[in-house]
Formats: sequence, C-alpha cells, structure tokens
Amino acid sequence: MDSLEPETWPQDIYQVLVENRVRQVAYIPDIGHASLIKMCHKSNNMKTVVLTTEEEGVALLAGAWLGGDRGVLLMQSSGVGNCINMLSLTRVCRMPLLILVTMRGEWGEFNPWQVPMGQNTKQVLTVAGVLTFAVNDKDRIKETVEAAAKMAFEGPAATAVLISQRILGAKTFDR
Amino acid sequence: MNSERSKSYSLRRRAVVKELLAQRGDALVVAGLGAAAWDVTAAGDEPLNFPLWGAMGGAVPLGLGLALAQPSRRVLVITGDGEMLMGLGSLATVATQRPPNLAIVVLDNERYGETGMQLTHTAGGVDLGAIAAASGIPICRTVSDKKSFRSVIPQIQKEVGPLFFNIKIRAENLPLMLPPKDGAYLKDRFQLALLGTDAII
Repeated sequence: MDSLEPETWPQDIYQVLVENRVRQVAYIPDIGHASLIKMCHKSNNMKTVVLTTEEEGVALLAGAWLGGDRGVLLMQSSGVGNCINMLSLTRVCRMPLLILVTMRGEWGEFNPWQVPMGQNTKQVLTVAGVLTFAVNDKDRIKETVEAAAKMAFEGPAATAVLISQRILGAKTFDR
Repeated sequence: MNSERSKSYSLRRRAVVKELLAQRGDALVVAGLGAAAWDVTAAGDEPLNFPLWGAMGGAVPLGLGLALAQPSRRVLVITGDGEMLMGLGSLATVATQRPPNLAIVVLDNERYGETGMQLTHTAGGVDLGAIAAASGIPICRTVSDKKSFRSVIPQIQKEVGPLFFNIKIRAENLPLMLPPKDGAYLKDRFQLALLGTDAII
C-alpha cells in the first residue's frame, strides 16, 4: 500500500452486504479481506464461518439459502479452483451465490505458485457458470459489489467480484 | 482393507433410515448423494427432504448452513461413508460453529455403493466417529447393532448438538428409490414448505 491512510473500500463492501441483508459470511482468509472479515465478526446480524476449503462455502451458502439466509463467500483467487464441482449445486438448483475474490498471481506477484490460478480465475469461473465482475479501481469497488449482489440475489445467479491485485498491492515478505 | 466384514453387519440401511425418519417431527433432512438419498426417498419423498444428486462432500456443510439459518428446527444430515470422506474438513467447521440443532448420521457400509461397491477407507480401519470426536464435535458415537441403534434414536432427534453418529450397516445393493432430480424443483418445494410463498417469488 502506498498510503498510510486506512483504506475505505472494505467498509464500502461491508455496507453493501448490510444493505443486501447478508446473514452468513463464509471465508478462507486473505490479507485483502482482513478488515472486512473483522467488521463481519463484530456484526450482530452476521454469522461468520471459517472454512477448511472454499468448496465448503459453496455448499454452506446453498444450505443457508434453503433456510432463508443470504450469504457471501470470501476467498483469494487460489481458492476458486477448489470450488468447481460444488458450483454445480448452485447452478442446477438455481440458487444465488455472491463470491468476493481478492486476486493473487495477477499483478506484480512475487510467488510463482499463485500465478497459474491467478491468471485463469476469470476463465475458470466463467466456464463454471459464474458471472464475473473484475474491478481494478478502488473507487469502483462499491458499485461493482452492488451490481454483483443485485444480479446474484435477484437472478438468482452465481456472481463473483474479482478485486485486482493492483488495488491490494502485491504481497511481499519484507514488510 | 477388510473386504468381507461389512457383508455381515446386522443393521440394514433402509430399515435404519425408515425408523429414524418415522419420528422426524418437523426436522429438515439433507441426504448425501447415492444410496443415502435413495434410502431417505424409500422412507417417503417429502418437500422438507433435500436429496443431493451430486456435490459430493457437500452434505454436511449444506446441513450446517441450513442449521445456522434455521436455529429453531432440527437439521438431520444423512449421508454415506464415501461422501463423508470427501468432506472431512467440514466436521472441523461444524465443531467450530457448534450448531445445537444439527445431527449428522453416516451410513457406513465401508463401500462406494454406486460405482461397484469398491472399498472405502473405513474398510481399512478409518474411524469416522473418532475423526468427528477429534474434530471437536461434542457428541459422537459409532453404532453397529439394533439395540444400540434404537437407544440412540431419541438422541439423534432431540439432544443438544452438534452430534455425529456413525452407523455400521450391511454392504448390500438395493433397488433404486430415486427422488426428483431437478435441483431447482427440489429447492423450490423445500423453500415453499419451510418459508412459504414469499421465499420463491
């Protein structure tokens, strides 16, 4: 990050989730989602569920929807590949699914192991039937999450917002 | 691997599930893919059953999401050993969430039943009840005879959970009892029965 000012976009996303009446927040943590996860933990209206693998979150939120709860699934791009077969559940049952992906292996990545998944995240989601919304300007994150949430819950559809590594800053080990 | 052992187990899967669901009350039932879904259907196809035709490894996390959304209803996940083995991590997630209304029942015949009865890891001694217990699920039991099964039915129905019951059942191929296959239909009828018409418009 270039600035010492705290970023405001995680708060923007949180606000969109509140306005969309999201009740279950499933996640595998990523540094890019860290402050959003903290906000969700503090909320009285949200249940946070830490997963052991991202595909669990796809099934969890299908169950949540059956029971009347809206949800969101937070992950980094490496987790997208873990979800592929489970996404058939969302698709065949025509359920909503909102995924917020923080990108790795995309822009100035120092870890080559992140690159294969990071370079193919959008294509993989697309062939799995998930609508994707890439955003690389932090001032556009709020409107992008709003658009993706609307199409997910009104569709119903599976949608994913891909938050660029250009916004997050490339991770290094010398911080 | 012990390839003969489960052929002589005394508990029979259809009778176990029928007896379990005879007193289901207003429980919400999630069935894992394959024979577990056929067993649940054989006991009576109901709108508040959600039988999976795929999504292997997803029965327990789906049941968890449902249990968190509906804390006043009993949620009963009935699945097979192969399906459970694919989603073992979800037991850790259940233990962390501790939903008091979630009961997990595994029908363990030590086989992949739909693909030619190949042996699963449980035939090699893997103990699903011990895995669930070590994951932190507070009440876990393995049951292998009729008397113990009957004695745990009230626990499965009512006790504060989460609970995990591994039922050792005979390896047998039974006639298919197929639930509806269209996932959107299964979802709509479930939501209609549980949440009313507002949920599906």
